[in-house]
Amino acid sequence: MAKIRPSLFLERKSYRQRRVRDAARLMPFLGALLWGVPVLWAPPGPYGISTSKAMLYIFGVWLGLVLISLALSRWLEPDADTEPTEGN
Amino acid sequence: MGALNLLVAVCLGYVAMLFLVAFMAERAAARGRGGWLRSPVVYTLSLSIYCTAWTFYGAVGYAARSGLEYLTIYIGPTLVMLGWWWGLRKLVRIGRTQRITSIADLISSRYGKSNSLAVFVTIVAVIGTTPYIALQLQSVTSSFSSFALYDPSVRQIGDSDATALWVAAGLALFTVLFGTRNLDANERHHGVVMAIAVEAVVKLFALVAVGVFVVWGVGGGVSETLARIDASDIGQWQMHNGRWAALIFLSAAAFLTLPRMFQVLVVENDDENHLRTASWAFPTYLMLMSLFVVPIAVTGLELMPKGSNPDQFVLTVPLSQGRDGLAMLSFLGGFSSATSMVIVAAIALSTMVSNHIVMPIWLTLTGGGAMISGDVRHVVLLARRMSIAGVLALGYLYYRFSGGGAALASIGLISFAGVAQFLPPLMGGIFWRGATRLGALAGLVVGFVIWVYSLLLPSFGPSLFMSAEILAHGPLGIGWLRPQALFGIGGMNPLVHTVMWSLLLNSVVFVVVSLATFPKPMERLQGAQFVNVFQHSGNPQGWSGGIAQSEDLMVMAQRILGAVEAQSFFQREAATQGLAGYLPEPSPEFLQRLERELSGSVGAATAHAMVGQIMGRATVSVEDLLAVADETAQMMEYSSQLEAKSAELTRTARQLRAANEKLTQLSVQKDAFLSQISHELRTPMTSIRSFSEILRDADGLSEAELDKYAGIIHSEAIRLTRLLDDLLDLSVLENGQVSLNMQHGNLSEVIEHAVNATGVQTAGLRMVRVRALENIPIFTDLDRLAQVFINLIANAQKYCDAEHPNLAIRVTRRDGYLLVDFVDNGSGIPSDSQALIFEKFSRISDQKKAGGAGLGLAICREIMARLDGAISYLPGQGGAAFRVSLPMKAAKAAE
Repeated sequence: MAKIRPSLFLERKSYRQRRVRDAARLMPFLGALLWGVPVLWAPPGPYGISTSKAMLYIFGVWLGLVLISLALSRWLEPDADTEPTEGN
Repeated sequence: MGALNLLVAVCLGYVAMLFLVAFMAERAAARGRGGWLRSPVVYTLSLSIYCTAWTFYGAVGYAARSGLEYLTIYIGPTLVMLGWWWGLRKLVRIGRTQRITSIADLISSRYGKSNSLAVFVTIVAVIGTTPYIALQLQSVTSSFSSFALYDPSVRQIGDSDATALWVAAGLALFTVLFGTRNLDANERHHGVVMAIAVEAVVKLFALVAVGVFVVWGVGGGVSETLARIDASDIGQWQMHNGRWAALIFLSAAAFLTLPRMFQVLVVENDDENHLRTASWAFPTYLMLMSLFVVPIAVTGLELMPKGSNPDQFVLTVPLSQGRDGLAMLSFLGGFSSATSMVIVAAIALSTMVSNHIVMPIWLTLTGGGAMISGDVRHVVLLARRMSIAGVLALGYLYYRFSGGGAALASIGLISFAGVAQFLPPLMGGIFWRGATRLGALAGLVVGFVIWVYSLLLPSFGPSLFMSAEILAHGPLGIGWLRPQALFGIGGMNPLVHTVMWSLLLNSVVFVVVSLATFPKPMERLQGAQFVNVFQHSGNPQGWSGGIAQSEDLMVMAQRILGAVEAQSFFQREAATQGLAGYLPEPSPEFLQRLERELSGSVGAATAHAMVGQIMGRATVSVEDLLAVADETAQMMEYSSQLEAKSAELTRTARQLRAANEKLTQLSVQKDAFLSQISHELRTPMTSIRSFSEILRDADGLSEAELDKYAGIIHSEAIRLTRLLDDLLDLSVLENGQVSLNMQHGNLSEVIEHAVNATGVQTAGLRMVRVRALENIPIFTDLDRLAQVFINLIANAQKYCDAEHPNLAIRVTRRDGYLLVDFVDNGSGIPSDSQALIFEKFSRISDQKKAGGAGLGLAICREIMARLDGAISYLPGQGGAAFRVSLPMKAAKAAE
């Protein structure tokens, strides 16, 4: 006998849009974080990182960021003008 | 000389091909078929002018010298592109709404269309870009020399300086032909953008081709190449951590502030949504450009003899392997990189120089400026062409004086650090409304001076400006002013040192001066526009008042926009205003749009000045400022005001409707009453007349009959008198002629008197009273009050239709009033009649039962008004309910 209750979030789509925008805003910070990792790497020596590994890491991050950015750019609605308030 | 001729022929052929591409693109755009020219792909490829000859040649040299540090130059812009939703989107939107023509225009426009700021930004941009152009000259010159190394028949044209001169002259010609063919109202160059998009493909293809050759042709596959990388001199991750972070930041800043990048990112942008594609496509481009750099560098280090220039590995590795075709492709790639950068940089700088330096000077020199007849456009075009030549000449001079020996990367970084000084005013300008013109100017000056002193001048070598003596001990021996160890903090990498001090002090001065100074109205207006660009769709009205001559404006506009453009613009505007012909009224909106239109050609500051010459001063009224500065708050307040107003209107309308209804009903009632009263008067009159006739004419009436007839006449006469008394009473009350007989008494006595007078006790109406509460002393006209009570009780007696009628009399005190409620248990009064019952002559029911003339309640109301009280109908009590309220002072006075 449980009643079917209407969903609390009626505007699921616009809610999702705002979260996609949040993700898009976070992208440069994600990039800065991942590319900040090499700062922690050991100087040349027994624990040094070889250039080939460094390249694999840096270009791997690059590729990953590009793919995420591609996905985000697909999800973002084309007309950003319709957003009611900037920053929500 | 064959090979040299071939090289020159290839270059010329390539340039001719580019020119053709540009020409076709412009023609297609002019015919309106240029849709494909404006695709996001073309936009993304045009951004690739970030990758200049520095990338093409210099990155490999950079990698051979410092390992993976070269990646910082591409990671910075990648981060900016990934963060497009923050910054670039806003910049592009601002650029489009304000018709920004250059970064100097943007900064000047943001800070109140200040020309001094525009001039300063232009100068810094020119100085900052000069090393960069020198870098392109140097790389093209060296690529010629590289061919000479491998082919003895190729000889330099004279010496390398002469080669550089030829290249500079050629590029200047090329840019003039490309970039100043016409004066576009939007400052957009379809042809140039298309050409650099083609060049972007060429250079990427060339670099990837060399990379593929190195990895699979020379290296023997991916894993072997990786092994060779690890075995080389740069086989270990070795990074100056400060440089890693500082360079990423610097390149990100430069990506936004380099004049040529601003040109393609913002000015040439046609559609904000292109950024969406560029946000992932341009990082991909950068990734591909930098992917093969290390393999090429490592292979070059292995194959090339010690001491050969690593900046040229991209060329010399294929040459050493006998791959002349590949080398030629690689040469073209480098040539592409250099030319596209020089073209766009020269266009961007020439726009700035002509708009912000030449035009204002010209306007001043020609006095009335805009009012002189003749075409201004040739002046603008000439100024641009001269500026292009001047910019390239400066680049050449820098190349000559810096000795042409420095590594490409270090030259490029000097440029980056110079233009990065724009970052604080740029970012502060679009995100912080409090940023002021003086703050921006002061910060820029400080940053610029530090950059020149600690990085630019030392870059010329010890022989020219900065002697080794000054570098080591500071000017005049002042130690804390040593150029590369300011404030006594030495040991830092010179570049990191400059970037840190210049940007830090630039920002600090910018913020502090901004906080301390007060902006002019125009600055605040523009600041609000820029910071809240997403909220403002409209434009502020900078122009108001003044009697401008539309004809003068037309004359001026024709000379800047061209006759056809200007006329169609004026006609459009006139049509918008509902006027026929070409001359619209000089309304603020029109002037605003005209200024915008002009600023597309000559920059915001100049356009503002030109319109100002005709209009008189631009005035920003306090209202304008308020409207923009607090538009959001204003809007909210306004809308709540509107809401309140609308609520008030609704209320008033409701009241009016009620009044109207009441009037209509009253009119109906009055008509009904007139017939009623005539009837009321006529009935007793008729019976009096007929019975008196009987008495007069009939004979032989018995005593009883005589008594009966005389009694009827008497009672009818009394009825008439009562009716007339009531009418008289009411009229006296209404005219305020009544004299009140104020005396002390007790409420319970008055009620008792009223109850007894109506005789309800015997008539079946049950009274419900709480006598204890009624014991209240009052000071009022007791007889009149009793009259009101009698009327109410009598009404209840007459109209209460309950089976067992009762009437409750409740006494309460509230808010300084004594309230006496008379509530019966009948069906009450229908709500549509409630408004009428106190009106004269009103009757709820038609039935004769009432017996009165409908004056009772009207009289009650008048009495209560005289007693400073009120009588009202109390709805929702389960029956007819009347509330009599008396002011408490009447009771107080009695005490």
